[in-house]
Order: sequence, then structure tokens, then C-alpha cells
Amino acid sequence: MITALSHPFFLHALLAGTAIALASGLVGYFLVLRAQTFTGDTLGHVAFTGAMAALAGGYDLRLGLFAATIGVALLLGALGRRGRPDDVVIGTLFSWILGLGTFFLTLYTTHRSSTQGNAGITVLFGSIYGLDATQTTTAVLIAAGITTAVLLLARPLLFASLDEAVAAARGVPATALGLGFLALAGACAAEVTQAVGSLLLLGLLAAPAGTAIRLTDRPYRALGLSAALAVLDLWAGLALSAQVPVLPPSFSIMAVTATCYAAAHLVGP
Amino acid sequence: MTAQPIEQAAVPAPAHAGAPVLQLTGAAVRVGGRTLWSGVDLTIGAGEFTAVLGPNGVGKSTLLKTLLGAAPTAAGEIRAPGRTEIGYLPQRRTFDAGVRIRGIDVVRLGLDGHRWGLPVPFLNRARRRAERRRIDEAIESTGATGYAHRPIGECSGGEQQRLLLAQALVTRPRLLLLDEPLDSLDLPNQSAVAALLGRICREDGVAVVMVAHDVNPILHHLDRVVYLAEGRAVTGPPREVITSETLTRLYGAPVEVLRTTDGRLVVVGMPDECRSGGPCC
Amino acid sequence: MLLAETTPYAFTWNLVADVREMWSFPFMVNAFRAGAIVAVVAGAVGWFMVLRRQTFAGHTLSVVAFPGAALATLIGVSTAVGYLGACLLAAVVIAGLRESGRSGVAVESAATGTVQAFALACGFLFVTLYKGMLGGPQALLFGTFLGITTGQVALLTVVGAVVLTLLAAFGRPLLFASSDREVAAARGVPVRALGAGFLLLLGAATAEASQITGSLLVFALLVVPAATAQVLTARPVLGLALTVLLGLAACWLGLIAAFYQPYPLGFFVTTFAFAGYVLAQLTRAVRGAVGRVALPTGATS
Repeated sequence: MITALSHPFFLHALLAGTAIALASGLVGYFLVLRAQTFTGDTLGHVAFTGAMAALAGGYDLRLGLFAATIGVALLLGALGRRGRPDDVVIGTLFSWILGLGTFFLTLYTTHRSSTQGNAGITVLFGSIYGLDATQTTTAVLIAAGITTAVLLLARPLLFASLDEAVAAARGVPATALGLGFLALAGACAAEVTQAVGSLLLLGLLAAPAGTAIRLTDRPYRALGLSAALAVLDLWAGLALSAQVPVLPPSFSIMAVTATCYAAAHLVGP
Repeated sequence: MTAQPIEQAAVPAPAHAGAPVLQLTGAAVRVGGRTLWSGVDLTIGAGEFTAVLGPNGVGKSTLLKTLLGAAPTAAGEIRAPGRTEIGYLPQRRTFDAGVRIRGIDVVRLGLDGHRWGLPVPFLNRARRRAERRRIDEAIESTGATGYAHRPIGECSGGEQQRLLLAQALVTRPRLLLLDEPLDSLDLPNQSAVAALLGRICREDGVAVVMVAHDVNPILHHLDRVVYLAEGRAVTGPPREVITSETLTRLYGAPVEVLRTTDGRLVVVGMPDECRSGGPCC
Repeated sequence: MLLAETTPYAFTWNLVADVREMWSFPFMVNAFRAGAIVAVVAGAVGWFMVLRRQTFAGHTLSVVAFPGAALATLIGVSTAVGYLGACLLAAVVIAGLRESGRSGVAVESAATGTVQAFALACGFLFVTLYKGMLGGPQALLFGTFLGITTGQVALLTVVGAVVLTLLAAFGRPLLFASSDREVAAARGVPVRALGAGFLLLLGAATAEASQITGSLLVFALLVVPAATAQVLTARPVLGLALTVLLGLAACWLGLIAAFYQPYPLGFFVTTFAFAGYVLAQLTRAVRGAVGRVALPTGATS
């Protein structure tokens, strides 16, 4: 562990990962509370396509990542006001969007760069050890922004999530809050993609929140617990992959979160 | 449709004197280019219990939204208290069984949910203690103390309704707006919550305006009825409004009001439907 | 790695020559055979799945297919066996969980999310442990037509035949139970057993479809043709036939396109399937608009 800390890539992973996990724990709590986990799943799918489109077009991967997740989150929010489209429509649309992602991936690997052949895997399953200093700084700053925003919105957002009509009657801008939260969730999905990948981001978003909700029924305590669990899960996952190098960090982080969730299910009511 | 206001049944104001909490003069509301109702005059003082009745789709819930200031009026004047002085209980679905948030936290949101940020535990202790006392009082007044610390998703429909009523009361509102609060409850719970509302109304001097589907559970507690139909309204005490003559005049078609032996009112022969309208069987 | 980089073949619009050219490769013949079997099986089962509104179960099953295939590769077994084993196991687990009570929506979705993410992470671990995988996990996730062996086609045929036979045997009570659960139960249809049995069939169909489209794009053959058919017609038999035809068309067109173009099979299959869905929706919208113009009612003059 001490030797692992002397590697800059591990330090970057620890720093960026902590910030990202903190943000995702907070966002995840509201995502679960608002029963919008399916939205998180969707965001994971578009994150892949967005990142691949950006790479194919010759832009920074993160540009596509954030543009796609925030854009689609807002789109879902706008559509959600006029009745939810049903599962079949969503499933149909998003299987095509993933297919489109593989198209961009091939476009990128055949036309732009033959050395970056595993860019697709990096986005799908994350590469937290691959973050350089500037990427770490950006990730930490954005995660800090998301964290601050969620903490500022927390109380009215809680009110609006539980009781939209009453909250609106008390002057809480419930609709705007819902949209704002979806934008935050989009940004958070893009952040988490950099740590554990677009396919696994639901694990870091939903599992700590689900665990916290199991363990306490006090909302603010659950919010804090969710964030703390996400950070601890990430630390434990990184430590595990440092001890057992054969385990990729994304796997060990998911293994820890899933174990915590299962344990809370066994212990909790 | 241009509606003619029907003359108000002449009623002497009930015993509670003082400035009215709520006053509507010639109020009208249009939704999507259609006038829902017009010419509604209504004055409600502190401690008065008013029911809004009428068939489905006549604009009962819209009336509450107008009083809240959430829907604009097309004509007339409305004088209602500000948002912080109104307690509101919308027409609702119950909480999902998976919502693991305590009832007391839901009530607390009624007090501070509109404020940004998070509550800071060690700041301003005196104020927090006062808030806590107020929350406990509100919960006690609706008789919800026994289950306020349980996750609200695990409470029954009646328990949830009492907790939500506590949430609406926690700011000590002067006006309480309720949209079909008895709808999802069984009969014993209906009369218990109705009695509770009547008590809050009398003892705390809160003006209560309640949209109801069935007038019978609250009939004994009512001071006044607003009956909306055909784009018009009649207001007055229940025994003067829910009569064959008044309703026939309102609907412009023969309507009969029957009184059963146990004092329940049944309206028959309503033009559109008897299934869902007003105080019906 | 990609076929078009190594082969000089180009699409000529001389369809007979093109097909003959493609089928001069044994793996392409196998791919077309596998595609046909998969399209029929996935289409038929998918039609019931869409009717029963179980797309979410289908999603979970497809996600679980990935670690199954990855583990199979790691221990040196055919991926077809891996897909099948994992999907059937998951179907049994889901059917078991269905029986044991239900908690709230929010908690349930958190659990599903956690399980899915963990399953995918396991797949990723197996892929990492198995260093020599051609093209990494992408073939397992997004599908490939390379390397489908005759043995795999035989396995697909057997499993497909079993699934179709069972579906034919139980199709009518299943249709009854799917469209009107309460009435069917009252008439003595064993609704629960049928539901559990159907999940197993769904698992088998998902495993078969994963072979062509990869586990992430299974919906292209499982859901989209069925959804398209249900937009076009409400008649069960016609709908089933249409589903199978649409699935077959998307699959074979995708194979042809992927043979001549450098882009992956999964992209083409999803695109053709999705295009069919969009066309069906447009057709219905146009038909509706025409109907309104042709039959103006008195009120809308």
C-alpha cells in the first residue's frame, strides 16, 4: 500500500476517485430516492456513444462524455414532463444508440489512431489508473462543483422529491429543481465513467445509496452515509487492486460496493 | 360559455367574527380558452369549515390552485393569505412502500423544506429546539405521534394522511386547503380524519377549504358549501345549498336531493352522471 | 482484425454473385445459418416478452450473458455454452425472486442496478484474466460474425428447436395468461408456472441472440422486431410471423453490410432493426392522419 502510494498514477487515481465517489454518493442518493436509477442506466449507455463520437470527430473524449450525458439527462427531463415513454421505446432507442457507439469506435480505431485500440474498453470499463495530472485536476474540480451544488440543493430537492405538489405550493421551484438535478446527474455520470466506466457507473451511483437507505431512515444521515460509503468503497477497491494486481480496479471497486450492499441487505430490516 | 351567477343563498355569517381570511368577488377562471366557472363570491373567516362540491372536471381542484396563487384568475378579485400562511394538502397517491424516510422528516420539510442548503446540526440551537417543539406539537395535534418515527412508506394510508396533515399544519397556517383528503381512506378513518379537521378548525381558528367527493363524512362539521356545476356556483350553508330546489336551479335540470334516515344526503338525477358527482350514493 | 481491411471484396449489386462470394467462406455460411436460427427464436420469444412487458428482465438477462461468455472463454469452453449457462441460471434466480415478495420500486431498482454493474464487472475481470482475447471484450459485448463454428450452429439449432417446440406447446395458454392474467388464472391456467417457464425460455433466447449481437445489443433482435410488429398489427399470429420476418431481415441485412463494410455487425443489426421500428411508427402516423382526412367527423368541420 505504501509503495503503491509512491506511484503518481495511484495518487491520481486516489485523488480523482475520492472526489468522484463523493459526488456520486450524493447524486446517487437522490437518484434512488426519486426512483430514477433507470435514468442512470441510460446515461451510462449514452456516455459510451458520446465519448466515442468525440474521439471519432477528433475531440477530447471528455467533451463528448459531458455533452452527451448532460444533454440526454435534460432531454429525458423535458420528455418526462409529458408522460414517460415506456420501457419498450426506451429499450429500442438505446440499443440503437449503443450500436451507434460501436460504429464511432470503429471509425475512430480505423481512421484516427491505431495505437488507441482499447479506447472503447477504457470508456466501457474505466481506467482510473490512466488519469494524468491535468485530468485528475479537472475531475476533482468538477466533482467538487457537483458536490457543492447537491449540498446547496439538498433540502428543497428532498422536499420536491417526496412531495412535489406541496413543495411547489410552498414556493420551491420543483420543476426547475428536477431538471437541474438531472443535469447534475448527467455531469456525475460523465465523471464516474472516467473512474469505473460507463457500463459500471450504476454500481457506484446506486449501490452506496441503496446501502445507506437500508441502514438509516433519516434523510440527511442517509445522504452523508451514501457519500461516505461511496468513498470508502472506492478506497477499499483501490487498496484491493493494489494488493492483488491481477484484479482490475473497476472490478475490485464494484466487488466492494456489491458486497457492502449485500451485507446491508442481510443486516438491515 | 358565458355563465350567469346564480344569486347567493342568503346566509348570515357564522359566529366567528373579525376580518375574513379569504375573499372572492366575482372570480372566474379560464383553462385553455374555456371558462371553468365564473361569478364565484365567497367570504371565509377564521375557524370556518367550507367544502367545495360538484361533479368531476368542474374545476374544484383548480379553485384550490387559484386560492394558492398557482393558477391565474380571468376576472374578479381574490384576497387570500400569502404562501407561508397557507397549508396545502394536494390530491395524492400514497408513498411507495420503499420510501425509507421517517414521517417526522416529512413533517419537518413542511417547516424548512423551501430553504436552500442543509440543516447544520450545531448552529442556532435555540431555533432548532423551537422548530423541534413545533413539529412535535403538529404531529401530536393530528394524533400521529405513535408512528412519526417509522418510515412513511411503511405507514397505512390513514397514518400517512395524518402525517401529511401535520406537515400542512406545522407552519401554523391561517388557511388550510385540502384536496379530497378522505378519498383513499376507509370509513372509520374517514370520520376520524373529518372529526380531526373539524377540531383543528374550531380550536385553532384555522379556515379550512376542502374539496370533497362525498359530503356525508364531513356534513356535521361544515359551515358552508360551495357547489360548482355548469360553470356557476352556489354558496351557502349545506342545508340550504344541497336541496332539490337549489341544485335544480344550478343544473338547469331536475335534480332531487334525498335524506336517508341516518341523515345522509343523496343526490339523484344529476344531468351528466350520478356515478362520480357530488354527494352521491 | 477487421475483415474489410484484409479482403478486397466490394458490394456489386449483382446480388447472386455477392451472395456466392460471401458464402464461399464457411464462417459466413455459419453466420447466416446462426443468424436465421437466432432471429426466429429471439423474435418468437421476444414477441411474448414485449406483450408481457418484461423488457427489464430481458435487459438483466442480457447483461448477465457477458460474464457467462467471458468465463467460458477463460476456462476454455465454447462461448455458446457460457451464454446459455449464465442466462438460464439468471432466469432461475429471477423467477425465484419474483416469488418471494416485493419491496418498493426505488429499492428494487437500486438492487437491480447493483447486480447488473457487478455482473458486468465480473465479465470484465474474466476478460482481463484471459489475455489472448481477439479484439478484447468487444466481440462479446457488441457481437461478431467471425468464428461461429459448425458445432455452435448445431447447439443453436438444438436449443432453438427445444425453445420453439415448448413455445408452440404452451403458446396459447401463455398468450391468455399474458394478456389477461386474472381471467386466465380463474380459468385454471397455471399462471405462475407459465411465468417461470417463460423466463427460462427468455434466458435461452437471450443467450442465442447474444451470439450474433453481443450481450449489450440483444434488444435489437429480442425487442425491436416484436415492438415493430406490435405497432403494425394487433393480430397474434400475423404479429408473430411479422416479428420473425423483421428479425431475419435485420439480421441478414446486418451480416451482408458487415461483410462489405469495416463497421461492426452489432451496429448494422441495431440500425436496420431501429430503422424498421421508426418506419413502422411513421407508417402508423401517416395512416392515422390519412384516416382522419378521409373520414372527417361532423364535429371537426
